[in-house]
Amino acid sequence: MAIYRDEAVVLRTHKLGEADRICTLLTRNNGKVRAVAKGVRKVGSKFGARLEPFMVADIQFYEGRTLDTISQAETLGSYGAPIVADYALYTTATAMVEAADRLTETDPAQRQYLLLVGALRSLSRGEHSPTLTLDSYLLRALSIAGWAPSFQDCARCGRPGPHARVMVQVGGAVCSDCAPQGAAILDDATRELLIALLAGAWDLTEDVPEQVQKRASGIVAAYAQWHLDRSLRSLDHLDGSQAHTVAAVPQSTPPSVPEPKATA
Amino acid sequence: MYEGIVQELIDEFGRLPGIGPKSAQRIAFHILQTESVDVARLSEILGQIRTRVHFCEICGNVAEQETCSICRDPRRNQTLICVVEEAKDVVAIERTREFRGLYHVLGGAISPIDGIGPDDLRIRQLMQRLADGTVVEVILATDPNLEGEATATYLSRLLTTLKVKVTRLASGLPVGGDLEYADEITLGRAFEGRTVIG
Repeated sequence: MAIYRDEAVVLRTHKLGEADRICTLLTRNNGKVRAVAKGVRKVGSKFGARLEPFMVADIQFYEGRTLDTISQAETLGSYGAPIVADYALYTTATAMVEAADRLTETDPAQRQYLLLVGALRSLSRGEHSPTLTLDSYLLRALSIAGWAPSFQDCARCGRPGPHARVMVQVGGAVCSDCAPQGAAILDDATRELLIALLAGAWDLTEDVPEQVQKRASGIVAAYAQWHLDRSLRSLDHLDGSQAHTVAAVPQSTPPSVPEPKATA
Repeated sequence: MYEGIVQELIDEFGRLPGIGPKSAQRIAFHILQTESVDVARLSEILGQIRTRVHFCEICGNVAEQETCSICRDPRRNQTLICVVEEAKDVVAIERTREFRGLYHVLGGAISPIDGIGPDDLRIRQLMQRLADGTVVEVILATDPNLEGEATATYLSRLLTTLKVKVTRLASGLPVGGDLEYADEITLGRAFEGRTVIG
């Protein structure tokens, strides 16, 4: 059986049998890998906490017919302990790994890997607010997956912005001609915050009022929900102060999805 | 594939956790070769287990009456509550013979990715038990994994609003293990929780 070695971040784990776990990992070079960690639930396991979610490790696998098996693991980034010590960070990190799990497959996804590791590191160090870190991560992860939003120019016809309406179904801001009835309002402050989060311009996200953050989070949650087919379950369990509900997006009348614009 | 009821029995055993097709077949043939009186006893117990076993109204542990034997025992220390995830954890702690207080079984751990939040656990019942002020210490004995730690973090934040001492089980090096194989987090915890011996 072939042996291979890769860096990986642990996305989630499932119990298997008496003392084993199936670990879902996002690797640097091999995309998403599901592998068995034998005996990891035993108190004296050689893996210890190295294969807990949010941990980054250098892992040796040997290939199996259906699942690979983890034979060795060395810690590269220990983000689990600081994250789990703060409930808000824990719920935020869980939403990130759930998104990463949904956005990646077995194809190599190095950019997704680096983005997730960077986001978990930033979260564990408390560099920015958990809500903003999550919003930025979701926007950038969706962009890498091919669903980059446009918050400046019209996402439908490309007319240069800024525009005052947003429609997640068409990919972001929409001009007055393209905006269907009931399109959500996109005020200047929320648009600037979303653009900054998408670009990772953290200096522009400081001192943003809480209401603006909530509106931006609502748009990000709606955008993620639309493109991932179903909502991220972890978003429903974010800590009380973190609003990631579609209801946070102001709407005048019930939205309708516009027909694709005919191209000449 | 076997005929009729034999295959049905193998299929039923195969649905149990940790039992694969080979084990299911082995158990089924063991039952076929066992004295009928033993099979009848097994069948009787299986038939009664769902109707006779309940969850304790106070702590959530498995019980044959409305309350479990631990909650009914007046000799147990009523001022201590040990919070665990599953009823299996109660048995593990009872085997140590170190703890003489009461238990509270949460019924799992917070795991947002699986859709399990604080409202899905028996946290409200725990808060109700603490309301009368009898309990002076709550010991958080959730599993030392990520979900267990997160649940302990959530509970400690909730319980600090009450006048109750909140403690967490120590974690560190397993007895009988080698230091060189300990992972960084476990070893770090062992250093944090080191004790004076001289």
